[in-house]
Amino acid sequence: MSVDWLSILDAEGNVDESLEPKLDTETLEKFYRTMVLTRMYDDKALKLQRQGRMLTFGSSLGQEATAVGSAFAMKPDDWFFPAFREHGVQIARGIPLSLLYIYWMGSEDANLKLPPKNFPVAIPVSTQILHAVGAAWAAKIKKQNIASVVYFGDGATSEGDFHEGMNFAGVFKTPTVFICQNNQYAISLPREKQTASKTLAQKALAYGFEGIQIDGNDVLAVYSVTLTALEKARSGGGPTMIECFTYRMGPHTTSDDPTKYRKAAEVEEWKKKDPIKRLRIYLEKKGMWDQSREDAMIKEITDEVEKAVKEAESYKPVVENMFKYVYADKPLHLKEQMDELQGFISKRRGNESG
Amino acid sequence: MSLAKLNMVQAINLALFEEMEKDPTVLVMGEDVGVDGGVFRVTEGLLSKFGSDRVIDTPLAESGIVGTAIGMAVSGLKPVAEIQFEGFSYMTIDQLAAHASRIRYRSRGTYHCPLVVRAPYGGGVKALEHHSEAVATFYIHIPGLKVVIPSTPYDAKGLLISSIRDPDPVMFFEPKKLYRAFKEEVPEGEYTVPLGVGKKITEGEDLTLIAWGAMVRVCQEAMEQVKDLNVELIDLRTLSPLDDKVIIDSVKKTGRVVIVHEEPRTLGFGAEIIARINEKALLSLEAPVKRVTGFDVPMPLPKLEDYYLPNAAKVADAIKEVAAF
Ligand SMILES: Cc1ncc(C[n+]2csc(CCOP(=O)(O)OP(=O)(O)O)c2C)c(N)n1
Ligand SMILES: [Mg+2]
Repeated sequence: MSVDWLSILDAEGNVDESLEPKLDTETLEKFYRTMVLTRMYDDKALKLQRQGRMLTFGSSLGQEATAVGSAFAMKPDDWFFPAFREHGVQIARGIPLSLLYIYWMGSEDANLKLPPKNFPVAIPVSTQILHAVGAAWAAKIKKQNIASVVYFGDGATSEGDFHEGMNFAGVFKTPTVFICQNNQYAISLPREKQTASKTLAQKALAYGFEGIQIDGNDVLAVYSVTLTALEKARSGGGPTMIECFTYRMGPHTTSDDPTKYRKAAEVEEWKKKDPIKRLRIYLEKKGMWDQSREDAMIKEITDEVEKAVKEAESYKPVVENMFKYVYADKPLHLKEQMDELQGFISKRRGNESG
Repeated sequence: MSLAKLNMVQAINLALFEEMEKDPTVLVMGEDVGVDGGVFRVTEGLLSKFGSDRVIDTPLAESGIVGTAIGMAVSGLKPVAEIQFEGFSYMTIDQLAAHASRIRYRSRGTYHCPLVVRAPYGGGVKALEHHSEAVATFYIHIPGLKVVIPSTPYDAKGLLISSIRDPDPVMFFEPKKLYRAFKEEVPEGEYTVPLGVGKKITEGEDLTLIAWGAMVRVCQEAMEQVKDLNVELIDLRTLSPLDDKVIIDSVKKTGRVVIVHEEPRTLGFGAEIIARINEKALLSLEAPVKRVTGFDVPMPLPKLEDYYLPNAAKVADAIKEVAAF
């Protein structure tokens, strides 16, 4: 059983011209800028976490091409179901940075303003896969010309929900694109101990549809393949699974110590395959980029990130929201419980000021 | 027996270590439990000592972990399966409710299932969604499954050893808030704390205060604020099967009861405790029983978790109210 492998832009920034997508300067710059923005967003989050200003955080360092390339292949009307490491997709899809920070600082209120078709993150691994299949299925039933894209990791392919989702998608030929970010680890477990399958993409063949493995650090390959899969989905061709072969450059999350289970040399090897570096070389070769533009962009992004953090940190979560969104209408017992809490809070305030 | 000051993580680690050493059929399995030593380091050092047949890094699949552990258990092994966080234990309920808990019953004793499923639980640690929930109720409701929640390092070790040796499946919830909160003397070598037996932490005549897991510490803090009252604090330790006697004896003495739990109020274990008091000691009550609990809402993310969780002030208020009734 074997699946195709695709790469267009190699680690040194050389492009395979026969496969090169014809993208204008503006689009390529947008890819590049969003990848750098994602990295700087992540980097800032890690710093905030270290200072106790953020919850446990999983950075997407090294996976920016997978996120950004696929996100820009989607249309705003396509469904997007993330796991928890899809910061780059969220940013590319226009979710304000401040909202992303508010969520990872510990408030569901971030999701109050999510733009449509962008589902909230799914922390329980793999569970979102079924929802994406259902949303795609609904589009098919309602004869809407949209697709649904779901993201998940290599580890997620071991959960039952993954297999059930893939099977439903195959049986009902739903317009779903399965994007597996194979970053080689599920916390400490290396990919080869997760499954005896040679590739993750080949699992799609067992469910009766196409699976393809691509260089996930190559934004051109990710973009092209996702675009094709989405067009196929929207025109009734059914699902596709895309395995993006990439690498988690950082720890699993801020609570993780990767020195326990992987060698520094391995990380060094992958550094050479950095997705941002190779895109920059490509842009420079095309005469689209230089150091002064880089400097100006970094300054601009730094300001953008700082502004978002400020906004996020000044956000005050609303206590009533804890009770407000449980049901459409608040049942009596929740009204009573809310009163109980508010009574407690005002009594404490009274005690403090008295 | 030598004594060492250990926190709860170390005490549980020691229990696993000693039981594995003593009984070659005991094994540990779960996500990241081997090379990584567990995300909370509870299984640290076990892999190098016992090897990868007995300390197993599994694929990422909770139903898979518990389902295969059931197969091992009915074949004479004693698996201790770890579920990384309580919020991912829901996927195990099918295997536990449909199989582990009733294989003895269905097979009329031909098979039994000496399985332990360990999972950290509970809030107050500023964690992500699904990483701070108190979910014991789901498991207490499964006949044939035991549910244990320690509140101290000493009890954690003794209760875990009892759970491993128990011939029936045990859900062992560890209050992650208390994992490293404090140390106490924990003997090296074998001792057990029996399942199904609650513990009086303090003796008192004025009021019975009932809790388990992380809430025991909250109750102890609350008692500092009501020093004029003699409160009898009971740590249930095992929620299923419940030690009725320690509760009923106490209620008959004090006539006043406050129950504290992190779980949402509706069908939280407090409800069952009140029912048993009604059945066995109603006429001893001098005040309505009061519950201090989580609210009937999903466990909020950290910005609001302090509003959700019972705390010492809320518990002290409840104690005063019931005492003054
Ligand atoms: C159902 C479930 N089990 C366990 C966890 C704890 N956990 C969080 S991320 C993770 C590993 C996920 O690996 P992978 O799918 O490869 O995604 P990655 O983290 O590498 O992006 C685990 C075990 C979880 N979130 N959900
Ligand atoms: Mg992974």
